Amino acid sequence: MPKIIIAQSKCKGCELCILACSKKNIRLSQKMNKKGFHYVEIIDPDNCNACGLCFQVCPEVAIEIWK
Amino acid sequence: MKQLMKGSAALGEGAIQAGGGAYFGYPITPQNELTEYMSRRMLEERRVFIQAESELAAINMVFGASVAGARAMTSSSSPGVSLKQEGISYMAGCELPGLIVNVQRGGPGLGNISGSQADYFQAVRGGGHGDYQVIVLTPASVQEMYEMPSMAFSLSEKYRTPALILTDGILAQMQEPMELVKINAARSGDQSWILDGCKGRAPRKIRSLLMEEGALEAHNRHLQKKYIEIKNKEQRYQLINEQAEIMLVAYGVSARVCYTAVQEANRKGLKVGLLRPITVWPFPEKIIQELVPQVKAFLVIELSAGQMVEDVNLAVNGKTPVYFYGRAGGACVTPEEVIKEIGKI
Amino acid sequence: MKKLFGKPESLTTVNHKYCPGCGHGIVHRLIAEVIDELGVREKTIGIAPVGCAVFAYDYWNFDVTEASHGRPPAVATGIKRVLPDRVVFTYQGDGDLAAIGMAETIHAANRGENITVIFINNAIYGMTTGQMAPTSLLGMKTTTTPFGREAKIAGYPIKVSELLVTLEGTTYLARGAVDSAKHVLEAKKAIKKAFEIQLSGKGYSLVEILSQCPPNWKMSVPESLEYVRKEMMTQFPLGVIKDKTGMTV
Repeated sequence: MPKIIIAQSKCKGCELCILACSKKNIRLSQKMNKKGFHYVEIIDPDNCNACGLCFQVCPEVAIEIWK
Repeated sequence: MKQLMKGSAALGEGAIQAGGGAYFGYPITPQNELTEYMSRRMLEERRVFIQAESELAAINMVFGASVAGARAMTSSSSPGVSLKQEGISYMAGCELPGLIVNVQRGGPGLGNISGSQADYFQAVRGGGHGDYQVIVLTPASVQEMYEMPSMAFSLSEKYRTPALILTDGILAQMQEPMELVKINAARSGDQSWILDGCKGRAPRKIRSLLMEEGALEAHNRHLQKKYIEIKNKEQRYQLINEQAEIMLVAYGVSARVCYTAVQEANRKGLKVGLLRPITVWPFPEKIIQELVPQVKAFLVIELSAGQMVEDVNLAVNGKTPVYFYGRAGGACVTPEEVIKEIGKI
Repeated sequence: MKKLFGKPESLTTVNHKYCPGCGHGIVHRLIAEVIDELGVREKTIGIAPVGCAVFAYDYWNFDVTEASHGRPPAVATGIKRVLPDRVVFTYQGDGDLAAIGMAETIHAANRGENITVIFINNAIYGMTTGQMAPTSLLGMKTTTTPFGREAKIAGYPIKVSELLVTLEGTTYLARGAVDSAKHVLEAKKAIKKAFEIQLSGKGYSLVEILSQCPPNWKMSVPESLEYVRKEMMTQFPLGVIKDKTGMTV
């Protein structure tokens, strides 16, 4: 099962990864990080196929994917 | 062995003998002979020569070549040197060494192509934006044109700040006997800032943009400390007749006119001497202050409407009269005119 | 477990100052990945411009110098001629490259300098908060074209890559975008090819990347992506514009 790590402190909530996710498995958190951005979070970790599309479009390089 | 050589060629050969690794130029009269000389000699020596698309490009190529660790230089004439000022400011801000040659011509604007000394303020007051100085050297003979690039590169590297050779169209186009003496090409100063790829070390960054709180002020303090050190250690001059009562002050081509005037005046029994600044930044103020008690008057001679005279006045500080005679717009002062001015004192 | 996707070695951990959704961060990463993959991090010298990417030297984990506005090609020329075996690239926006620095751009290209130019075209001056760029589209509202860019007053958007085609000195010219993962991956291939061309000594390469600027375009991120796709790509079509190498991407 892949493991996706999102650096919440780097995220600016631009939503590019949400638009890119092939599984529609990313959403904006209700919570904010220290910079005042709603960061993104994985909806269901078990549903991630590690395709990396979110990583490809993330301007902050805030996403890491392990498998 | 002495030989005849043109000023611009002597300067170019001096830069090559001093290990100049990269030259970038752009045509403008009266410095074209230098660019042309370098176009042949640099290729013969398998070094870098580029005729750039503009003076802006040329100075920024110097910036790049300096970043990469070469002894880099450019040359131009007054309007072209104005265009280079932005790049020179960046080099000063980034603490990059490099050599700029200004073969001065008459101004302002397009002016004319006669030799002049009207860019003194631009040279010794920084020239571009921000609080900075460049080291400014002034040759007065073809021999010095040949020997000065080595001194300029060396000082520039020692203090990591650009150096400028301030000469003019007369000296650059003049031919006179000179000797191709051995030139010191040893690189001086710390080199741990050069960008050549981060193999075996941490990556380096060259920048003058300092946006962090207080960082730019701290950088300016560091620069000013360096400039004070240069002022204290690097004032250079030539003094003729140190016991003189009337001391002429002139640099470059006007100093040559003054040599003749001093000889003529001495023949007439007048106690006239000459102080020739070799560095005009740092300005040789210490020797002027030492001369003040014995000198009855200073007479500053320039091919300008009066620029260096301000530095003489600052050094003298009102303790002795300071007179000025100069001709602007590319006109040249004659020894007779200088003698006449001495007579007026 | 194995890391499939993550920060390349050629990027530092410094957080970008870019606005949310901006394409600069993506292109920074692509360059870093290409440099890692080619194994040239320790012999690369980058040149950061004036503009939004002015802080780029903080984001790359290799030697980087600043350059004054528009002059990166001249600075790159100076570095590359002195150190021909190093990898030298400039990173420039549309104002830097195509307005104030157009002369340096054209002449470095015309000399066939063996350098790589990464050109970010977002049709606007971002750092100075949204003035018209040479690449701004006709009708585009900016802070200096409040009624929309009008050709009669402000001329036409410059197609830089097409403009450089006629120059003998250019080896490889390509245009990509970072509006989608697919385009990001294609852009990376073009960037990699550009660096490979330099490494094989084949001369000047430029990759133009269409990038979104949501805040200065006064758009949401999804709207800005649509603008890139519908408007920018119509004016600036994606693809290889010139390739003298015959190498396939």
